[in-house]
Amino acid sequence: MSPAEQSADNGREIMYREALNEALREEMTRDSDVFCIGVGIGQRGGSYKVTAGLLDEFGPKRVIDAPISEASFTGAAVGAAITGLRPVAEILFIDFSLLVLDQIVNQAAKHRFMTGGVGRAPMVLRTQGGVGNGLAAQHSQSLEAMYYHIPGLKLVMPSTPYDAKGLLTAAIRDDDPVVFLEHKLLYMTKGHVPADRYIVELGHADVKREGKDITLIAWSNMVPRSLAAAEKLSAEGIEVEVIDPRTLVPLDKETILASVRKTSRVVIVQEAIRRGGVGSDIASIIQQEAFDYLDSPIEVLAGKNTAIPFNLALEKVCVPQEPDIIDVVRQTVGAV
Amino acid sequence: MHDKELLSELYRQIYTIRLFETRCIKLYRQGLIRGYFHPYLGEEAIAVGVCSALNDDDYIVSTHRGHGHCIAWGAELNRMVAELLGKQTGYCGGRGGSMHIADVRAGNLGANGIVGAGIPMGVGAALGSSIREDGKVTAIFFSDGAANNGVFAEAMNLAAIWNLPTILVLENNHYAVSTPIEQLCRTKNLADRAAGYGVENHIVDGNDVLQVYAQAKDAADRCRNGKGPVLLECNTYRHQGHHVNDPGDYMPKDKLEYYRGEKDPLRIARQYLIDQAGATEEEVVTIESEVEAALDQAVLFAEESKEPDVNEFLQEVKNN
Repeated sequence: MSPAEQSADNGREIMYREALNEALREEMTRDSDVFCIGVGIGQRGGSYKVTAGLLDEFGPKRVIDAPISEASFTGAAVGAAITGLRPVAEILFIDFSLLVLDQIVNQAAKHRFMTGGVGRAPMVLRTQGGVGNGLAAQHSQSLEAMYYHIPGLKLVMPSTPYDAKGLLTAAIRDDDPVVFLEHKLLYMTKGHVPADRYIVELGHADVKREGKDITLIAWSNMVPRSLAAAEKLSAEGIEVEVIDPRTLVPLDKETILASVRKTSRVVIVQEAIRRGGVGSDIASIIQQEAFDYLDSPIEVLAGKNTAIPFNLALEKVCVPQEPDIIDVVRQTVGAV
Repeated sequence: MHDKELLSELYRQIYTIRLFETRCIKLYRQGLIRGYFHPYLGEEAIAVGVCSALNDDDYIVSTHRGHGHCIAWGAELNRMVAELLGKQTGYCGGRGGSMHIADVRAGNLGANGIVGAGIPMGVGAALGSSIREDGKVTAIFFSDGAANNGVFAEAMNLAAIWNLPTILVLENNHYAVSTPIEQLCRTKNLADRAAGYGVENHIVDGNDVLQVYAQAKDAADRCRNGKGPVLLECNTYRHQGHHVNDPGDYMPKDKLEYYRGEKDPLRIARQYLIDQAGATEEEVVTIESEVEAALDQAVLFAEESKEPDVNEFLQEVKNN
């Protein structure tokens, strides 16, 4: 967005959760087949207030407070989707989404395929992950790799209010099931969001910061953390290019590879644990498709291979922090 | 005296399913059909009774033992057999096979390889109808085995609290794969579970097509009048093991004999057609000959159909 466009709405700034709320409200207004279903999303407005006010506006038939029956209300969303509606099912924590895997992995993801391309399951599974502040092992996981692995699912992880709104709009309009992963520490962050409707198409990475020395790939809450690190590194004379894929599936390889060809050095920062992670897969794509451009090994800075502990000091060392990012970038830039 | 046209149609469909399964098992034995094949033999009256009681634009949700549901819903035999043979002309272009046949455009939302998974999906179709107020009813077929899966309880509750227009058709064939239901459930009737969720429920002789038809008609009316859901426990018995390669040694011989003989849904429906609609033996045989000809044609069609093109498939999945 150009500065001129931004000034047209006085650079309106709203929170990530408000941006998501706007996307839901706008799409529900535009299309009567869109409805929301989840635990505590109606009267309570959702744990993080993403669905606040929707019940009053659209009524209980389209903003449905479901029992704590994740597998079945998600299954109901799949069933409604294959008959032509566009449900947005909300699972309170990504950890609880393990209860709905059959419906997402065996049903929604494979419906179009198993029906020989005839059927569609246009639904969004909204949930949130990542560490908060002491939410412990069953409310803090980053499980995107699990969904990334499944053919038939699209996977979205917005890092800014602007992306959150535009991508949720695109996800709702998409004809395939989309897993939409928010981050609990991002809900209260603010950023520019135009007042007018817009879409951020799935499959387009965003260069969050340009730089010539090294490519840093990060998503979700690792993006603001990496941008903060990049500012400090800039003061040292290291210019970091920060790429946010925004959607892990489909993955915008071209934007990533173009940046790698320019900088020749790569750091991937992910909150999720290293083993079997998306970062490793992106590293593999880069080494295969841009090997000749690399001046040093690709670094993957990831969460520790552990469950998330309750104690705050222990929690902190489990996921990459700003100093960790700074260190790994310095080392990679200095590597021969 | 029942309507002759209705009884002829019910019998025609039951006979079609019976013959379809019998013929396709032969194709399986010849190695033309691969994978899993769960025959609907012995349970035909349930699919036929329920589907005949619904409107063309309603929905059904099927199971891994689903050929009967598809045929009762009006599936083309050509495309059915072709899918079982994995051919491009099959309902799913050979991508689905026996356990995944669906015709979503016609309202058949699909068979399912996961026991119980279709129950919440069917509830979702009914939820959609409730949101759209389109007056449609969804019949969800599932088994006694699925009734011991958590989603059965959850989904029945969702249907109950939202008064959804759905008929939960519990096909109680008395075996979860090979384990008798008596070992897996303490209450005498699975239908009792519905009462615990405030859901109207009836126990039906699932081998008696007229009983199934009448109860399903009633249930559909209730659903359309905003009084859904309704659970129908249709008691039945398989004519063989769990799938074609399961000899079913655990099924008592006398019971099998009873269900294949006196209680055979085909026999009962044939008798209804003769006794209650006054059809002659000749008229019945005419129906049977027509079905046989249609199946001959379907098998021929499937055998002559092309396999899916491997290169086209690779193109399809290249950018997934």
